[in-house]
Amino acid sequence: MANAGKTGLPADGLGPMPQKASVTRLPLTLRLLNAGPVLILGLLIVIVSLLTPNFLKPINIGNILAQIAVIATVAIGQHIVILTRGIDLSVGSNLALATVIGGLAFRITDSSALVMAAMLLSGILIGAVNGFTYVYGRLPHPFIITLATLSICRGLALQLSIGHTTMRGMPDGISALGGSNFFFVPNSFFVVAAVALFTVFMARHLVWGRWLYAVGGDPQAARGMGIPVNAVLVSAYIFAGACAGIGAILLAGRTGAASPLYGELLELDTIAAVIIGGASFLGGRGHVGHALIGALMIGVIRNALNLLNVNVFFQMIAIGLIIVVAVEADVLRSRLEAKARAVQAGGAQS
Amino acid sequence: MKTPPTAALEVRNAEKRFGAIHALKNVSIEAFPHEVLALLGDNGAGKSTLVKCISGIHALDEGEILIDGERAHITSPATARRAGIETVYQDLALFDNLTPAQNFFCGREISFPKWLLAGLRMLDHKAMDSQSAAVIDRLKVRLPSFESPVALMSGGQRQAIAVARATVFARKVVILDEPTAALGLRESRKVLDLILQLKAEGNAVILITHNMEHVIELADRAVVLRQGRKVGELKPSRRTQQKLVSLIVGATP
Repeated sequence: MANAGKTGLPADGLGPMPQKASVTRLPLTLRLLNAGPVLILGLLIVIVSLLTPNFLKPINIGNILAQIAVIATVAIGQHIVILTRGIDLSVGSNLALATVIGGLAFRITDSSALVMAAMLLSGILIGAVNGFTYVYGRLPHPFIITLATLSICRGLALQLSIGHTTMRGMPDGISALGGSNFFFVPNSFFVVAAVALFTVFMARHLVWGRWLYAVGGDPQAARGMGIPVNAVLVSAYIFAGACAGIGAILLAGRTGAASPLYGELLELDTIAAVIIGGASFLGGRGHVGHALIGALMIGVIRNALNLLNVNVFFQMIAIGLIIVVAVEADVLRSRLEAKARAVQAGGAQS
Repeated sequence: MKTPPTAALEVRNAEKRFGAIHALKNVSIEAFPHEVLALLGDNGAGKSTLVKCISGIHALDEGEILIDGERAHITSPATARRAGIETVYQDLALFDNLTPAQNFFCGREISFPKWLLAGLRMLDHKAMDSQSAAVIDRLKVRLPSFESPVALMSGGQRQAIAVARATVFARKVVILDEPTAALGLRESRKVLDLILQLKAEGNAVILITHNMEHVIELADRAVVLRQGRKVGELKPSRRTQQKLVSLIVGATP
C-alpha cells in the first residue's frame, strides 16, 4: 500500500497508490483500441496486395485516391458535425444540388473561379439552413432537419436541372482539379490534403476547435462555462456544407458534368467513414485522421473487391460488417475507460 | 481567528422568490480572506439558492453583493467569474473528453490576437499548459497523466481537478457545493486538504456540506440557514456541535 512503484498511479489525485498490474495494462488496451483502425487498414492493404499484385501499382493507387477524394472531403465535414454530437444526412443531396448550381453557372460564365464559388456557396447555404433551423428552431436532434434538407436538396436539384440527368461540361480549371493527375497522383488528392490540413489547424489551434470538443463532450457544461454553444453548432453545419461544396467541385471536375443524381447514399458513406475511422459516434472524440482513414478503408475495400472480381453486393456487406465492429470498439472503449476509472479510485475494484 | 476589516464577499439583505416560494428572506453573510465559512442547512433551506445567486446563475430580487466592499453587478456566471468568484458545483461540470489543462481553461482560453472574434483566435497552448502545470504543482495534485482526458481519472482526481480549476482563476472567493458528497473516505481527505490550501493562499472559501465532522475540522465560522432565513452564526467546535445541529433542524435545545 505504502510503496507505490515507479509507474504507480495516484489513487485520489494526491497520494501514491498501490501498484496493480491492471493499472498499467488498461491504458495499453485503450491505446491499442485507438490504433485499431490504422492497424486494420494496414492489415487490409497487406492482405489485398498479396492476393492481387495489381493493387500496389501506382496507377491503381492513383485510382483509389481519385475514387475516395469526394468521400474523404465530405467525411471531413461530417466528422466536425459528429464531434458536436450531431449528424448531417443532407451532405449527399447538398453535393448534388451544388453540382447542378455549378452546371447552371457554367451556362452563364466560363470562369472556373465563379463556377467553383457558386458550388461552394450553395453548399455553405444549405449548411447554414441546417444549422440555423436546428439551433433556433429548437429541434431536439439534427436528424430531422438534415433529413428534410436531404429531400429538399434532391428535389431542388432535379427541378433545376429540368429533366437532364447529366448536364455536360465544366470549366477547364474545375476539370483539371477533379480529373487530372500530377504524375500518378490525382490533383484531387492535393485538394483533400489541403482541406484536411486546414481542418486540423482549425480544430487544434483555434479556440473554435476547442469549443467544438467542449460542446461535443458536454453541451450543458459548455453553456455553463460561457461557450457560445449555438454559434458553435451552426458553424459545424456550415463547415459540413462547405465540405459538401468542395466535394461537388471535385466530383463535377472528375466527371466533367453536373447531375442531380450525384451523391446518393454519400451521407451514409461519410458517416461510415467517420465511425470506422475511429471517431466516437457519441461526440466529443475524433479528428480529421479518423475521417481520412475511414474513407481510405472504404476505398481500399471497394477497389480490392473489384480487382478480385467479387460481387458488388458483397462490398456493401463488408462495409456494413466493419461498421458493426467499429461501433462495438467504441462501446468497448467507454467500458474500458470506466474500468480504468474504477481501478484508479483504488480500493476494492480490480 | 482574526478577521481583516473588509469582507472579500458580502451579501446584504438578500431576497429571492420563485413564484410562491420565498427562498431567501433577508439573508446577509460575509466571507473573509483566509477563512473557511461553512454554509449549513437542511435540504431546501436556501443554501443552493444563495450560492447560485452569488455565482450568477440566479439574480437576487433584492439586496446586494459586495466584493471587497464594493458593489458588484453579477448578472451571469461569466460576470461572477470576472469578479473573482469561482464555484465548484456538485456535478463538477468537467469535460470528460478534454485533458486537465484543457478543462482548466475551457470557455476562457488564453488566445491571440485580441482583435479577432473570440472563436477565431489562436490558442496559446504553451501559456495554458504551463499555467495549469504550475497550479497542479502548487496544489500538490498528482495525476496519472497530464495528457490523457479526465474520463480516465477517478472521482477524487476529477474533484481535485475541479477544485484546482477554481483556484486557477480564484482571486478572492471560492465556493464549494458538497465537494465530498460523491467521494470515498480517502479521496475526501485529499479534497479537504485542498480546501485548507485554498484558505492558506488567502481565498475566502465558502463550503456547503452535510458532513458535521468536516465542518468542525475545517470551518472557522458557520452560518446556518433554515427556511430561507439566517438562523444562526457561530464558531463550529465539538462543544457547539449539538447547537449547530439543532439550529439546522430547527429544534430548541
